[in-house]
Amino acid sequence: MTNHSTSRRWALTGFAALTVAALAGCAGGNGGSTDGSTGGGDEPEKFTVLTANENQALEDQLQMLADGPCAEENAAMPIEHQKTAQADTTQKVTLLASQNALPQHFIAGTDMVRPTGDLGAGGLVADYQDVLGDAFSNILPAAASTVENVYGQMVSLPYQYNLEGIWYNKTIFDEVGIEEPQTYDELLAAADALEAAGYQPLTTAGADGWPMTRIMGMYIFRNVGPDAMTKIKDGSAKLTDPEYVAGAAALQDLASAGYFGTGFQTMDGGTSTAQFLTGKAAMKYDGSWLLSNINDPEQNEIGEENIGFMPFPAVDGGAGNINQWAANAGAAMAANAKTMGPKTEAWFGCIAENYGKQALETAGIVSGFQVNGEVADVAPATKMVQEQVADIDETVLWFEALFDAKSGSLASTNGSLLVSGDMSPEDYMAALQSSIDAAQ
Amino acid sequence: MPRVFGDRKTILILLVPVLALYVLLKIVPVLWSFGLSFFQGNLLRGFTFVGVDNFATFFTDKDALHALGVTILFAVIMTAAQVTVGYLLALLYVFVLRKGSAFVRTVVFFPMVLPTVAVSMLFKSLVAVGDNQGPVNDIINLFGGESVEFLATTWGTMLIAILMTLWTSMGFYAVLLFTGLLDIPDEVIESARIDGASGLRLVRHIILPLSAPILLSSVIFSFNATLKVFDSLLALNNGGPGTSTSPLTLYMYRTAFEYAEYGYGSTIAVILTLLCMVFTLTVFRSSSKRTED
Repeated sequence: MTNHSTSRRWALTGFAALTVAALAGCAGGNGGSTDGSTGGGDEPEKFTVLTANENQALEDQLQMLADGPCAEENAAMPIEHQKTAQADTTQKVTLLASQNALPQHFIAGTDMVRPTGDLGAGGLVADYQDVLGDAFSNILPAAASTVENVYGQMVSLPYQYNLEGIWYNKTIFDEVGIEEPQTYDELLAAADALEAAGYQPLTTAGADGWPMTRIMGMYIFRNVGPDAMTKIKDGSAKLTDPEYVAGAAALQDLASAGYFGTGFQTMDGGTSTAQFLTGKAAMKYDGSWLLSNINDPEQNEIGEENIGFMPFPAVDGGAGNINQWAANAGAAMAANAKTMGPKTEAWFGCIAENYGKQALETAGIVSGFQVNGEVADVAPATKMVQEQVADIDETVLWFEALFDAKSGSLASTNGSLLVSGDMSPEDYMAALQSSIDAAQ
Repeated sequence: MPRVFGDRKTILILLVPVLALYVLLKIVPVLWSFGLSFFQGNLLRGFTFVGVDNFATFFTDKDALHALGVTILFAVIMTAAQVTVGYLLALLYVFVLRKGSAFVRTVVFFPMVLPTVAVSMLFKSLVAVGDNQGPVNDIINLFGGESVEFLATTWGTMLIAILMTLWTSMGFYAVLLFTGLLDIPDEVIESARIDGASGLRLVRHIILPLSAPILLSSVIFSFNATLKVFDSLLALNNGGPGTSTSPLTLYMYRTAFEYAEYGYGSTIAVILTLLCMVFTLTVFRSSSKRTED
């Protein structure tokens, strides 16, 4: 009996000790990581850059800079590439930051680098206006303003400056005898005409979720005005208000009318792009990143000169207008504030000065940097986007841009329930609003 | 041998390294997670002690309760299906195919060794619609039906997930139960036959009671494995459409790693662990009671 109770006591003591150790470990997680006292000036030997696996172009472009115009900066501080899957960004960056091991230049989650985000609030990301100094003039004002709108501060470099709109097949439009729709009703009429002529009017990658919520978001921007989503963020409007629910209803109607064709809900991005570039579908809502596919003759069977790009049409009686293009500046590419120093600043200065020209010249990428110097032989579709960028006065963000991470994900995932009719527009918006409320 | 195992020192030498590893790799993370479930935050923001708030949130969180429902539904259906089909296959091996069952056993077991993601891709393409339509819809079209986008609906996704998991795991349960059936002495079966028992009566009164222990192990095994379902539902349809087929494990993963809420994520993990423990203990208790009776 004594033996039994002794061993039981030992077991209990052991269990208690482990629990205390575990709890102490949790409490210990608080220390150090958010302490900004280590400060700048402690520059590492390498210019480490963390980019997404999905964006090989950025790594290639930065390496080309290191081998070319930024060779001097690279000699002083050699570039070293690190990669992560885009979906793992938050997890990876959180871990690296907690271990004081953030790279010099890194991809980050949208919400993380905002002033209220985990990195922003901890003072872990540098402001590029301070980092670049005079070289900041190499960033196009429109791109800088987009970055500030999305992240609330200048904490990302605009390696891409993407416009979003509707790409369309000019040949099919001519054949069916339709013009660029200026209003949403005209867009629906055009879709009807295309369907009657045997074409699939629109293609979308339903499996990805966001291509569908973009359409809904743009309807809302046109209906409510360019400050539609800011109103949701500051609480002066709710997604359950009828003018917002109308956006969800518009998307559901497009789907139930069959304009997206069969199997769109499980379609991935590549298949949807192929539907457009092989002439099966007449229109596709997408960003100007589609240029890399359009400029590839192996993918583009309809010819780059036969592709048009138009803004999302106006909604009759809405407060927004057709000239307010949706724009974004790619995923956040932040700079480590703690290890900032002269060599790193020189690297960023060189990137700002040379990236715009090199990316346009070698890959047809339209970035948010000035193009310093002449670039010959720009592909027609790229030129079209470039000219459009120069003409834009006002831009809007995308639907989920100002949401917290969970609500952003919910908007996208529930999109498939909305378009299948399993969720009503009212329920969709109510679920989203309650997630936004919970995060605030 | 008994002398070796009667020596305390030998027992300690043999047991301590393994036990230490087990404690380090299993018990410590579980306790760590348990500790974290009383905090809110993440490694960057730091952690704030919130008491049992996370547990209270769980029981009012519609998404969490939905995920819990998906998990339990999947586990119950899968356990019933896996054990039943596995048992039927085992009976087939022992009583019909007999010594020639080795080939069929291998073929049925084979999907078990395939990676879940590869199997998910396979099933996705089997039920695909649109430009790359899969054979399932081709067959439906052949009989005059319209193509069905299975993965666009909750029931369709669940059905495919269940069939897919059953296809991969039934071979394993068949082999597990097969070994149990082999343990039943031939003499017992023989004498039952002489007494006139055959077919269903033999199975009902002799085989089933004698294979009860291994059946019980299979049920516990299957329920615990399917309660923790993650990769198949993630790879098949990302827990969709929407979050309608998202199990508790996927919700836990998203909460902890995508939304960086480590405290709440740990709470979900603790609840899942408790669920597994409660189930296992209940089955054990009820079975030992029955044995005592």
